[in-house]
Amino acid sequence: MSDDSKRWVAEHIATLPRSGIRDFFELVAKMKGQDVISLGVGEPDFVTPWHVREAAIFALERGKTYYTSNLGLLELRRAISTYVGEHFSVYYRPEDQVIVTVGVSEALDLAFRAFCNPGDKVMFHQPCYVSYHPSITLVHGQGIAVPTYAKDNFALTAEALRAAWEPGAKILMLNLPCNPTGGTCSLEQIEKIAEFCREKDLLVLSDEIYSELTFEGAHTSIASLPGMAERTIFLHGFSKAFAMTGWRIGYACGPAPLIDAMMKVHQYSMMCASIIAQEGALEALTHGWDGVLRMREQYHRRRDLIVRRFNQMGLSCHLPRGSFYAFPDVRSSGLTEKEFAVGLLEMEKVAVVPGLAFGENGRGHVRACFATSYDQIGIACDRIERFLAARRT
Amino acid sequence: MNPVLKLLTEGGNLSTAQMAQVLNLPVGEIEQHLEQLKKDRIFLGWRPVLDLSGEAGAAAVRAVIEVKITPERGGGFNRLAERISRFDEVESAYLMSGGYDLLVFVRGSSLQKVAGFVSEKLSTIEGVLSTSTHFMLRCYKEQGFLLEREETTSTRLTVAP
Repeated sequence: MSDDSKRWVAEHIATLPRSGIRDFFELVAKMKGQDVISLGVGEPDFVTPWHVREAAIFALERGKTYYTSNLGLLELRRAISTYVGEHFSVYYRPEDQVIVTVGVSEALDLAFRAFCNPGDKVMFHQPCYVSYHPSITLVHGQGIAVPTYAKDNFALTAEALRAAWEPGAKILMLNLPCNPTGGTCSLEQIEKIAEFCREKDLLVLSDEIYSELTFEGAHTSIASLPGMAERTIFLHGFSKAFAMTGWRIGYACGPAPLIDAMMKVHQYSMMCASIIAQEGALEALTHGWDGVLRMREQYHRRRDLIVRRFNQMGLSCHLPRGSFYAFPDVRSSGLTEKEFAVGLLEMEKVAVVPGLAFGENGRGHVRACFATSYDQIGIACDRIERFLAARRT
Repeated sequence: MNPVLKLLTEGGNLSTAQMAQVLNLPVGEIEQHLEQLKKDRIFLGWRPVLDLSGEAGAAAVRAVIEVKITPERGGGFNRLAERISRFDEVESAYLMSGGYDLLVFVRGSSLQKVAGFVSEKLSTIEGVLSTSTHFMLRCYKEQGFLLEREETTSTRLTVAP
C-alpha cells in the first residue's frame, strides 16, 4: 500500500503532535520481560473495591444491558448531586444540571465542542494533563498556556493568569489538584482566580478528578465560591478516588442550559455511558467512601516517602498537596528530563515520565507516580540514588 | 491512638523498620511502643498466616464447636469458658448470643485427635451440656488473606497519561 492515504487525514489532525507519553510508552514496552519498576502510570494500583465490582456483576445478572437516558441513570445523577453537595458544597439538580459521561475525558471534549467556536481562546495552566491542549486544537480553539512554577508549589496564581490573558479569552480550564505536578491552590488563591474570572467574564471548566486525594487541608471547588456556580462546569469522575479507571465513567455538573448543550453533543456522539459502569459508579458513591479514605491514607504515606527520598538524594521536589504524582526537578543531575528518564530506564529499569510531555513548563522535571506499593517505591528510590551516584563518579 | 497501634490495626504487614519510615520515627522508638503495647496486653503477639493445604503432612484438621454450658452463680460463663480456652487444641473461643453459648475453634493433627479432644476432654467437663462439632472442609479466606492464587502477570500499562 502506498503512503499517500495520509492525504485524507484532516489538516488539524495531521499537524497535531503525538503525546510525549506515547513515545515514552513505546520505549518502556521494548524493555518487556525485564524487571522494570514503573512510576510512569497515571492510575491507582488498587483494583476497584470488590463491592463495586460485585454490584456491576449483579447488574449484569439482572439483565441490565440496555441504553440509559442520555443524561445517565436518574438514580446515579441523584447520588452524584448528593455527593457533590456534601463534599464540594455546590448543589446541582439531578434532573437537568448533571450529565454522566464516559470518563472526565469525554466530559471535557463535550464541553469544548459545546462552548468553543473556531478561534475561541481557552486558557489552561501548564504543566498539565496531556490532552488539554490537543482537545482545544481538535475544536479549532486557540490555547493560551499559563505557566505555574515549582517555587509556588505549582499553584496557579491570579498574577500569572492576568499576565497571560489576551482580549477575547473565553474559557479557563482548571485542574486542581493537578496532574502531573500535584499542585493545588489555597482558598485565598482560588478566590483571586474566581475574582479574575468574574472580572473577565470567563467560563470555567474545572477538572477536579484528584480532589479526594488532597492530603493537607480541605479541597475547595471554585464552583462553590460566590457567583461561580453559574459560570463553572464542574467535571469529576470515579477513576482516581474509587480506583475505576478502566470503567470509563465520569460526570459534568453546571447550569442547565450549558449541560443541555453538552447533552446535545453527547446524545449524537456517545448516546450514553455504559450502564454497567453507571451501576458500579452508583455503588461506589453510596457505599465507597471508607475505601476512598483507606486508599488516600496509603497514598499519603507513599507521598511522604518518595518526596523525602527525592530531596535527600538532591532532586529538589516540592510536596504535592494532592494527586498521586511527585514532580521533582532533575536538573541537578546535569541531565535534561528526557536524558534522565531514558538513562534511568536503561541503567536502572525505573520508568518515570519526562516533564516536557506535560508542556513547556515541565522542562527540567520528571513525573513520578507514587500509586505503587510502598516496598516498590523504596526499591525504585534506591535505584534512582544509584543512578545519580554512578553519574557523579 | 498510639501511632504504632494505628498501623497495626490497619493490618498493613509492615516491618518495624518500615513502620519507623512511615511514622518518621527511630526504630528504637517503634520497639518501645510495641513493648508498651505488650505490657498493656493490647498487642498479644505475632502469628504467621499460612496456607498449608498444599503442604503434604503439614495440613491440620480444624473444627468449630458449638458448646452449651451451664452458667454459674457469681461467675456466669467466664470460669468455664476460660477453663476450656486453656487447652492447647483451642485456637479461639468466643461467648455467643443465640442458640448456644460458646463457639470454640479447634485444631488437631488428625480427625481422630480432634474427635478425641471433643469426646474425652471437652464434653466431659462438668457444666458442659452439649457440643456440636463442625469440621472445616476447605478454606477460602484466612485472616483477611484470600487463598485463591491470584494471577501474577499484570496487564496494567507501564506508562499512562
